Amino acid sequence: MSTAQTPLHRVQGLGSSHSGTAHFWHERVTAVALIPLSLWFLYVMLGLAGTNEVIALQFLAHPWNALLMGAFVVFSLYHAYLGLQVVIDDYIHTAGMKIALLLLRLLAVLLVGGVSLFAIVRIAAL
Amino acid sequence: MADNPQKPVAATRPLSPHLTIYRWPVTMMTSITHRVTGVGLSLGTGILAWWLVSISNGPQGWESFYAVALTPVGLLVLFGLTWSLVYHFLNGVRHLAWDLGYGFAKHTAERNSVIITALSILGALAIFAAVWSGRGGYLQ
Repeated sequence: MSTAQTPLHRVQGLGSSHSGTAHFWHERVTAVALIPLSLWFLYVMLGLAGTNEVIALQFLAHPWNALLMGAFVVFSLYHAYLGLQVVIDDYIHTAGMKIALLLLRLLAVLLVGGVSLFAIVRIAAL
Repeated sequence: MADNPQKPVAATRPLSPHLTIYRWPVTMMTSITHRVTGVGLSLGTGILAWWLVSISNGPQGWESFYAVALTPVGLLVLFGLTWSLVYHFLNGVRHLAWDLGYGFAKHTAERNSVIITALSILGALAIFAAVWSGRGGYLQ
């Protein structure tokens, strides 16, 4: 049967979405990474509850804690970025609104991530 | 202007009943709750960013965050986020188990739905109880 697909496109087998299982797989990888990171985050939130900004500053200024908090922020936001796409894909059926929300999601994730990481670096430098 | 090419075509064929027709099984509740808590936690990352910025701003920043966080509405939001994180964590582990092929049997899925819902509420209450009873703050 004749086809308009190039041989390369056919052998890649990715179809019209061009991404195959990458979205599914990245969602799972970030989910697995977030198991220990979320437990650590809970330990930190409980441990800092009822203290003051000096304690929180000293804790987050420690390189390991800064790295772990940065990792928690980055993995959480990438996981949210992927998950929100599924929600938007499922419920928004008009092209304009879908593109607008997907862009808004991207900008929001970049903004929150940038602000969070800048704050973590600033705390470590204080 | 041309019609939107992505506009859904009205169905002319028989369709199976949609969500609103069925009595909601517990697995449907836990599935939609996973989604809702996921969206809630996505919004919650903004509060985490605000908290980190407030710490980086020294004593005034810290006080400005807690002045809002310790209001009734602030505590309600924080409790909602705590419960959402516990729920999404537990149900997320179940999703990973499903990906590996475990837990699909009808009665297993229903039983686990009840267990996860109960554990998430108990877990969130335990976290808040731990803080209120002075068991938090051990990092100083």
